[in-house]
Amino acid sequence: MAATPAPTIENFYKFCAEKRLMGVTCTGCKKVIVPPRSLCPQCGSSDMKWTQLPSKGKLVTYTVIHVSPAQFQELSPYAVGIVEFGKGVRLPGMIRNVKLENLKIGMELQTDFEVTIPTEWPRWPRYFFTQS
Amino acid sequence: MYARELFVEAASEAFERCPNLSPRRDIDGLFVGQMSESYEHQAHVAPMISDWVGLLPVPAYRTEAACASSGVAMRCAIYAIQSGMHDIVLVGGVEKMTNRRTATVTENLGMASDFPFEQWHGITFPGIFGMMATAHMAKYGTTEEQLAKVAVKNHENGMLNPKAHLQKKITVSDVLSSRPVASPLKLYDCSLISDGASCIVLTNPKLAKKFTDTPVHIVGSGQAQDTLGLFERDDITTMNVTKLAAKQAYEMAKTDAKHVDVAEVHDCFTIAEIMAYEALGLCKEGAGGKLIDDGITNLGGRIPVNTSGGLKAKGHPVGATGTAQACEVFLQLTGQAGGRQVKGAEMALTQNIGGSASTAVVQIYSRGD
Repeated sequence: MAATPAPTIENFYKFCAEKRLMGVTCTGCKKVIVPPRSLCPQCGSSDMKWTQLPSKGKLVTYTVIHVSPAQFQELSPYAVGIVEFGKGVRLPGMIRNVKLENLKIGMELQTDFEVTIPTEWPRWPRYFFTQS
Repeated sequence: MYARELFVEAASEAFERCPNLSPRRDIDGLFVGQMSESYEHQAHVAPMISDWVGLLPVPAYRTEAACASSGVAMRCAIYAIQSGMHDIVLVGGVEKMTNRRTATVTENLGMASDFPFEQWHGITFPGIFGMMATAHMAKYGTTEEQLAKVAVKNHENGMLNPKAHLQKKITVSDVLSSRPVASPLKLYDCSLISDGASCIVLTNPKLAKKFTDTPVHIVGSGQAQDTLGLFERDDITTMNVTKLAAKQAYEMAKTDAKHVDVAEVHDCFTIAEIMAYEALGLCKEGAGGKLIDDGITNLGGRIPVNTSGGLKAKGHPVGATGTAQACEVFLQLTGQAGGRQVKGAEMALTQNIGGSASTAVVQIYSRGD
């Protein structure tokens, strides 16, 4: 990727294809923002630097989904949750390879990435969470 | 019936209740809340509905705020009246949903969550509220039984509402043994996929006197917004947006939660009603489960909530829900709520949220006689 790609959702997922989970740091107030944005919601600055998120985070909450849209029905039931990588730095995603009964708020999870890239729009390679 | 036909049915009833009103002569604006074009493959519904209810060519607006679409329509109508640009407007909402399969409805509703980070990762709408419930239970010790009691109460109320979608008494064990949807939420923790429409006639207090001796006044109104994604909020165990909207509404009405006699709150999922109790100040933060345990919000309790049956039993045609809540409190405040009447109700509250509570509208009403 180019040296300084714009802080966009498209580029967030391009980093995912390189197996990197990236946010941006606002140079104005040092807030780490994920998903990346070009305008800081905290201080209004538009000067952003890409920042790699820690590979491990803590599970904030979760649910096991049994009734899903058509495209996820083969996976059902599956777990999703919100993972925190630092104060206020959170991402939601699927939790894989964890027994559903072992899910627990506060458990440590690590980020992994799907290898296959979807063939149709939006062609975003998915990150997901797994037991560390 | 399709959306336009449903809306005509609701409008006709509103007009019947207001016999001195001549809709074609008197109504000078239309506000319609509707969430999705997907069900009927139909956009640009405002002129269509205006035509079908006989209001062409007055200005017609459609508002979209997911499940708060008609709550927001009411806010816009209030602005229209208060600005003086409109005198008498029709405000309502509509959604036709049952023509699609459950998986498609799940996907359509899910569009109100964040696409690149929630929908893309298989997170459904029940999933969003399931995550809130997991967190609320862990932080406050709220139980699945307490959630179930919300469903049981609202089904009981629904039995007293001839217009409720589901007329079915259920027990706590029915809820606990119903099939899982998004843990800890089960089928009976979820509101219904419904077809429906609702509407009200809104005007200023001076003109209202020409049409009725018993108007209902909107004495307080508030609205606030939060992030689209649930994950972008610091605290997911509280509905901050409802707190902010309620604060505005209580201040405008110069009142507080203690003076509310009856309320309709947005029970899209049972956990949402528990969180609404807390955010509206009916109880302390985290004490919503105890409030339902103590029967405070039952019919006959200190503050009956969702006498209509709520979204849970009355139904949740999402675009129609905001103004349907207003219709229920209108009936309550004018003594027309039949078997579910709260005796002597003088002040009422409605709380309508959109998405994962990215939008909240809170209104306070008082009896005008």
